[in-house]
Amino acid sequence: MATITEVAPNQKTGVLDSKVPPGVLESKWTKYRSSVALVAPNNKRKLDIIVIGTGLAGASAAATLAELGYNVKTFCFQDSPRRAHSIAAQGGINAAKNYQNDGDSVYRLFYDTVKGGDYRSREANVHRLAEVSANIIDQCVAQGVPFARDYGGLLANRSFGGVQVSRTFYARGQTGQQLLLGAYSALSRQIAKGSVQMYNRHEMLDIVKIDGKARGIIARNLITGKLERHFGHAVLLASGGYGNVFFLSTNAMGSNVTAAWKAYKQGAFFGNPCYTQIHPTCIPVSGDHQSKLTLMSESLRNDGRVWVPKNEADCQKDPTKIPDSDRDYYLERIYPAFGNLVPRDVASRAAKRMVDEGKGVGKTRVAVYLDFKDAINRLGKQVISERYGNLFEMYERITDENPYERPMRIYPAVHYTMGGLWVDYNLGTTVPGLYALGEANFSDHGANRLGASALMQGLADGYFVIPYTIGAYLSTQISVPPISTDHEAFAKAEKKVQDRLNKLMSIKGTHSVDSFHKRLGKIMWENCGMARNAPGLEKAIDEIQALREEFWRDVRIPGELNEFNPELEKAGRVADFLELGELMCRDALDRNESCGGHFREEFKTPEGEALRIDPDYTYVAAWEYTGDENVPNLHKEHLEFNDIELKTRSYK
Amino acid sequence: MKLNLKVWRQKNGSTAGKMVDYVVDHVDADMSFLEMLDVLNQQLIDKGDEPVAFDHDCREGICGMCSLYIDGQPHGPWQRTTTCQLHMRAFKDGDTVTIEPWRAQAFPVIKDLVVDRSAFDRIIQAGGYISANTGNAVDGNSIPIEKTVSDEAMDAAACIGCGACVAVCKNASAMLFVSAKVSHLSLLPQGRPEHQKRVASMMTQMDKEGFGGCTNTTSCEAVCPKGISVTHIARLNRAYIAASLSSPKQEEAK
Repeated sequence: MATITEVAPNQKTGVLDSKVPPGVLESKWTKYRSSVALVAPNNKRKLDIIVIGTGLAGASAAATLAELGYNVKTFCFQDSPRRAHSIAAQGGINAAKNYQNDGDSVYRLFYDTVKGGDYRSREANVHRLAEVSANIIDQCVAQGVPFARDYGGLLANRSFGGVQVSRTFYARGQTGQQLLLGAYSALSRQIAKGSVQMYNRHEMLDIVKIDGKARGIIARNLITGKLERHFGHAVLLASGGYGNVFFLSTNAMGSNVTAAWKAYKQGAFFGNPCYTQIHPTCIPVSGDHQSKLTLMSESLRNDGRVWVPKNEADCQKDPTKIPDSDRDYYLERIYPAFGNLVPRDVASRAAKRMVDEGKGVGKTRVAVYLDFKDAINRLGKQVISERYGNLFEMYERITDENPYERPMRIYPAVHYTMGGLWVDYNLGTTVPGLYALGEANFSDHGANRLGASALMQGLADGYFVIPYTIGAYLSTQISVPPISTDHEAFAKAEKKVQDRLNKLMSIKGTHSVDSFHKRLGKIMWENCGMARNAPGLEKAIDEIQALREEFWRDVRIPGELNEFNPELEKAGRVADFLELGELMCRDALDRNESCGGHFREEFKTPEGEALRIDPDYTYVAAWEYTGDENVPNLHKEHLEFNDIELKTRSYK
Repeated sequence: MKLNLKVWRQKNGSTAGKMVDYVVDHVDADMSFLEMLDVLNQQLIDKGDEPVAFDHDCREGICGMCSLYIDGQPHGPWQRTTTCQLHMRAFKDGDTVTIEPWRAQAFPVIKDLVVDRSAFDRIIQAGGYISANTGNAVDGNSIPIEKTVSDEAMDAAACIGCGACVAVCKNASAMLFVSAKVSHLSLLPQGRPEHQKRVASMMTQMDKEGFGGCTNTTSCEAVCPKGISVTHIARLNRAYIAASLSSPKQEEAK
């Protein structure tokens, strides 16, 4: 059993109980699922659950818990639950169905995910994920998700990076949209039945704790600006990732860390904050006006070939005029076994290396080519258009270049955060009654997530994990009557939130919220991005502290407190990013090794690949908040690998 | 380039609004339309004015949150493109650009260019789903679905719920939105059992929300950023007649 207690240098005591059930790996989940405490139907009616976020994890959890009979309240900051950023996921969702008869299995999906995560994830969680993956596909088909099909009427699959089987299910380049609309429709059905109360255009601004347990939230109605108190026997955070700390990322403009950060400051430990996924195939930055970056799905690497010119002199030339002999298809050269389908972290670093060596292309010279010439010659334009038509159109709209005729220019961009709130096997944080699901938790992807696994994890958590595991806690809460929101804990929490909003509005400084956000993003990208080193991280911590101080002295927020005020919303989120950024740098500084998306320049092999230091760092770093002025405590959950041998990851 | 903007400003739902003129300079052809508005807002904040409120989130054309009536056209001059994907190379130096919110009774203005589209959510809640509780599903391959049928369902399911169809329609009808959802679900075998009930209750809710009727001008298809076809409206009309002919009692007996 992977139960862990470790005393970090700057802390007195600390206990992290992963609550992984005993027994052999393959049967842990089935056994646990059949023995975890249940809540009887008549008692479920008496229990209230709050869900923050309506992406894949939040919507699926809210719908399923309501189907089971719990009273659910759901919150999202968008104008409709259907707009959560899961909707933008393009490529697909993995499942160990082995419909292609190509050797896939639950074990292989489990193995690929642990290896892809560079051996920094919890075995039992990943195995459970692989086990329920097949159920997700069935559930989605039942809801009417129009997955791609072959002419025989059966479900089609494609390949994704880091694996050698074809296990990715997809709905054109809009898989996230279709899965989310499936979960949204299930949620809508429960809203109509009255078992879910939906609060759109609401933002959670604090957790309310009573006797150490999460008992509710303070939320701001974004239209009126008024604060509201909501009680729940349990609170589920499915609020997504924090990639927007970098300002430029593939996240939606509104994606934020605020809910998770409030939880952290209320005692929920933050796991592996430095693990950030930089996605290799995004449209490069075109200028200072850039507000966000756009992903070009990893599925493109099925047919596209990545290259740079062999000679620096060719870098500005028309790429279609550069003969094959003068092109360096560097992924195929360096990683012959996986070629263009190496995992994301590997592909991103290789692109950076090429650009650093002066082989970058395009106006800015910070890009590499993704070329479909050979695929079009082999399969015809029609087939390529069927597979990727919408992506090609999107690329052309943004860049004004036609990817059927001219290779795409791509470069890595921040895309996903593997880190998040530390959770045990039940998805419970270190605050009783407070849970984290989907990208908001740290759990299943280790130091690097494989493509098409985020959708899988979000839906696994919401449809098939939390509905069972929450019983372990709620079965002990059936005698707790709903607590009035007049309770002093609610009043106190509301006052704290109101004071902070008042303070933000009263600064009346000279610089916009965005200007601070951009400066933070630059510090993070330069020092805690694709490559990190100790002096850079130390410098970044100082710079972030100074920027935070300046923000609280000089930010300008126009408009009023009690009205629809997007600048005020952004200010609260950026204030939280300004604290998170520092924690990410601290975590990156503590981890004296390279693994997955975390690449410390001091720790690399002679070939420039990531160098893990297993004896010292085979742990999850779980950070405990100790006050605004104090350095957080580090707790370690040591990871045990009983079913997989720790090896140097090789895709050669 | 330099642009003259005419922008709808409205403090909130209970005050009157008006068009206000602004000039934005240093607009780059590679900017998206919303990035141009970011520049305007930065300019307004620097001057101590209130920025223009507009809805937006993913900025990659899929979340459906951005809207904007640009020069008399929902989502602006490019076909099959959301406002966030519209780029400034669509305009030239010195152009005057008029920016208004969606106009429809069922989409009341919240502030400036932001409207309330929760009527769409309530239409989906009325029946835009397949009743399949988690855990009930059979194997995904147990019911083969003809590829062409599945592809057509996907065409309909591509709707992003932005509301451009309503905004452009002289009747402010939501028929394209409703019909896309009905087609998506009812083309699939999984969606057949609830088909008639779905059609009847979604249509009832659409009327209740204050959307107008359809008079087949097909302007909705022309402005839909996802190219959703009016064929779905024809299919919905047929289904609606069939649903009206089958009485609720017969429905129950089935």
